[in-house]
Amino acid sequence: MWPPNNKSLNSVSDNLIEIRDLSFTYGQRLVLKDINLSARRGQVIAIMGNSGCGKTTLLRLIGGALKPTSGSLLVDGVDMSQLDQAGLYRLRRRMGMLFQFGALFTDMSVFDNVAFQLREHTNLPEEMIRDLVFMKLNAVGLRGAHDLMPSELSGGMSRRVALARSIALDPMLILYDEPFAGLDPISLGVTGNLIRRLTDTLGMTSVVVTHDVQESLKMVDYVYFVSDGVIEAQGTPAEIKASRLPYVHQFVHGEENGPVPFHYPAPDYAADLGLAA
Amino acid sequence: MMEALLDSIRGIGRRTVNRVSRMGVAARFFLLVFLHSGPSFRRFHLIVREIFTAGVLSLIIILVSGLFVGMVLGLQGYETLQTYGSEEALGVLVSLSLVRELGPVVAALLFASRAGSAITAEIGLMKATEQIAAMEMMAVDPIARVVAPRFWGAVISMPLLAALFSAMGVLGGYLVGVVLIGVDEGSFWSQMQAAVDFKEDILNGVIKSVVFGVAVTTIALFEGYDAPPTAEGVSRATTRTVVTSSLAILGLDFVLTAFMFRGV
Repeated sequence: MWPPNNKSLNSVSDNLIEIRDLSFTYGQRLVLKDINLSARRGQVIAIMGNSGCGKTTLLRLIGGALKPTSGSLLVDGVDMSQLDQAGLYRLRRRMGMLFQFGALFTDMSVFDNVAFQLREHTNLPEEMIRDLVFMKLNAVGLRGAHDLMPSELSGGMSRRVALARSIALDPMLILYDEPFAGLDPISLGVTGNLIRRLTDTLGMTSVVVTHDVQESLKMVDYVYFVSDGVIEAQGTPAEIKASRLPYVHQFVHGEENGPVPFHYPAPDYAADLGLAA
Repeated sequence: MMEALLDSIRGIGRRTVNRVSRMGVAARFFLLVFLHSGPSFRRFHLIVREIFTAGVLSLIIILVSGLFVGMVLGLQGYETLQTYGSEEALGVLVSLSLVRELGPVVAALLFASRAGSAITAEIGLMKATEQIAAMEMMAVDPIARVVAPRFWGAVISMPLLAALFSAMGVLGGYLVGVVLIGVDEGSFWSQMQAAVDFKEDILNGVIKSVVFGVAVTTIALFEGYDAPPTAEGVSRATTRTVVTSSLAILGLDFVLTAFMFRGV
């Protein structure tokens, strides 16, 4: 319908991601239930939760790798569940994704990894590709490593090269799957700062799936806490830090006891040891 | 007792259904590779790279094996032929055995072990390390970019390797029969030239090696692409590639031979 009413125009221009009442089942298992989430353009949002809570599934749904069972998921105003493969690929050219361990192509050098999308999706001359690759690598501080192979990089460097690769086509949205996992404290800080700086300077939107509370609360604009497939809490980093909700409190302060039990459900301990009366 | 019997029957049924359904998935995969082959031919350097990986890097094992198989054929053939006083026919025996059967079959078996297993392991590990998923997220179709070039690279390499295997085998038979044992050189080559028919023998051998190449490569690629993304999953898939490919080569060889050389 044209012209669109003010409400829909605003929602398209303000929110890059708009998720309403989304549920997802895998086989018989309900993985995500009634998720409502939005990400404003230019924001860095974090999706947090313990392992297996469904946060990576949510990221894969936003990336179009999975389709929701019910509810709606709009990215830049496009309903992801209505896209065919060609439409999905068109949208993905404007998205980037940073995988947990970088997922660099091991048979290509750092330079060729970053140049991959430019060569696949554009007809730019090789000299221009070279300049663009050096600019992207310079942004993550690894221009000097352009001729190394992925096997010669440390975990933190791999993550930064993957970041350079994911911004190669200046995407509107970047999805990060556990960007801080397994990094030393220096790489942790560098990666966190890079995510914030690149989001701001390139005018992108970032969605970070993580369980690293301290690092992510330093640089994100808004946090969603997922537990057992539902959004348990949400708010700005200050609100999350001050939250008295038992789950959020346990998670933020890394406490052993709370709503998430230390022990996996098991029969009576004494009975297992044969000490029952 | 009855329940256990029923369970085992159900188990057989489930396994059969799983196998048939997996074959269906593999056939669909093969079709997809065909449909997505266009971009590979437009960027032929991708295929050339795979010809190097699957073909050129398999050269050593193919050439050395061909030489030794030919040398053994020379020794064994001479022993049998001299009983009937027809050792001059050694060239015919060596060349026909190689061109019709041993060349395509043994080269394909070696190709499955050397290149097929490497293809499965590479694709399986690309999947396990999320490289395939990353490619999809970059809006690049992995079937067109990763699978199709490997398919065509290996399919083009296979008949060339089989031809080199046969050529080295003939050389091995010549070295043992003529140089070492002393069979008449003129008879060796002239009888070979007279007996080997281009269409009946050489062309049929080439057709066999192309069919084996398609079978081995499809199995290797499918196993890699379908492998569970774990160390154990990739290792099992690699083993399955070698076993399934070898059985497929032998089965297909019987069928093709029955059609090609019936009544010859």
